[in-house]
Amino acid sequence: MKAKIFIKYKDGILDPQGKVTGNALNSIGVKGIESLSIGKYIEMEFDDITRDEADKIANDSCKKLLVNPNTQTYSYEIIND
Amino acid sequence: MTKCAVLVFPGSNCDNDAYFVLKNIFKIEVSFVWHKDSNLDSYHMILIPGGFSYGDYLRTGAIAKFSPIMKEVVSKSKKGIPVIGICNGFQILLECGLLPGALINNKNIKFLSQNVKLEVQDNLSMFTNKLNKGDTLEMPIAHKQGNYIADIDTIRMLKDNNRIAFKYLNNPNGSQLDIAGITNEEGNVLGMMPHPERACDKILGSDDGKLIFQSIIDSRF
Repeated sequence: MKAKIFIKYKDGILDPQGKVTGNALNSIGVKGIESLSIGKYIEMEFDDITRDEADKIANDSCKKLLVNPNTQTYSYEIIND
Repeated sequence: MTKCAVLVFPGSNCDNDAYFVLKNIFKIEVSFVWHKDSNLDSYHMILIPGGFSYGDYLRTGAIAKFSPIMKEVVSKSKKGIPVIGICNGFQILLECGLLPGALINNKNIKFLSQNVKLEVQDNLSMFTNKLNKGDTLEMPIAHKQGNYIADIDTIRMLKDNNRIAFKYLNNPNGSQLDIAGITNEEGNVLGMMPHPERACDKILGSDDGKLIFQSIIDSRF
């Protein structure tokens, strides 16, 4: 079992990396992108545990360390390998 | 005799500068304290230096807050021991919740290494009592994540309670309200992005940083 964790900046938090990358795509002719933000993707593999346990571990990890609630939001999904 | 702990994390790189300044310019007793230690009983002040603790992995300061020594720093800070976090030290203080808000990428995304001018916002705290409100200090910055942000209520609270210690005169990194350094509610914890320890000798271009260390030392001991 695996958790796929996605972390992104809260709306309104400056994301210069996303902005610059969006501008770069625009400058090479990629059209239609209204905005682009760059976040983090974390993958977590588990031993033999239940889905509920995996859910709790992923959520606790985000709250305790992976995410700074001042600037970031997160979401995750638990999937079977 | 006043004794200061200079914390050392894997990746700290301003620890030697801070040690040198406190020992040779202020003539106080200084020790390096490794992040795995957990006792600061014999120290009268704690300095968390700049650098790249744990390689800045995940977020600046995020891993350092779980070092054994940080529990002790939080505990000592609650007892009124002065704690000053400089640059990465400021980032660590924010991550462990001793100060509010966060530091994100500089507005122009670049690592900035330059001298800046700071304006002293008040001279009431133990870190600024040798200064006057409105004084201008010059010292270096060297950071990529120095852009201070907080929600509106926090910013208002910092302002209303005179907890903004220093502001940039020409905001280099996009910090809200030009904030360069803030204190905690009790006034014994200061976090700042500029490096006063690199401005303690005229030979380095400025010794304005001395006034901050002298304020702490004189107010407490």
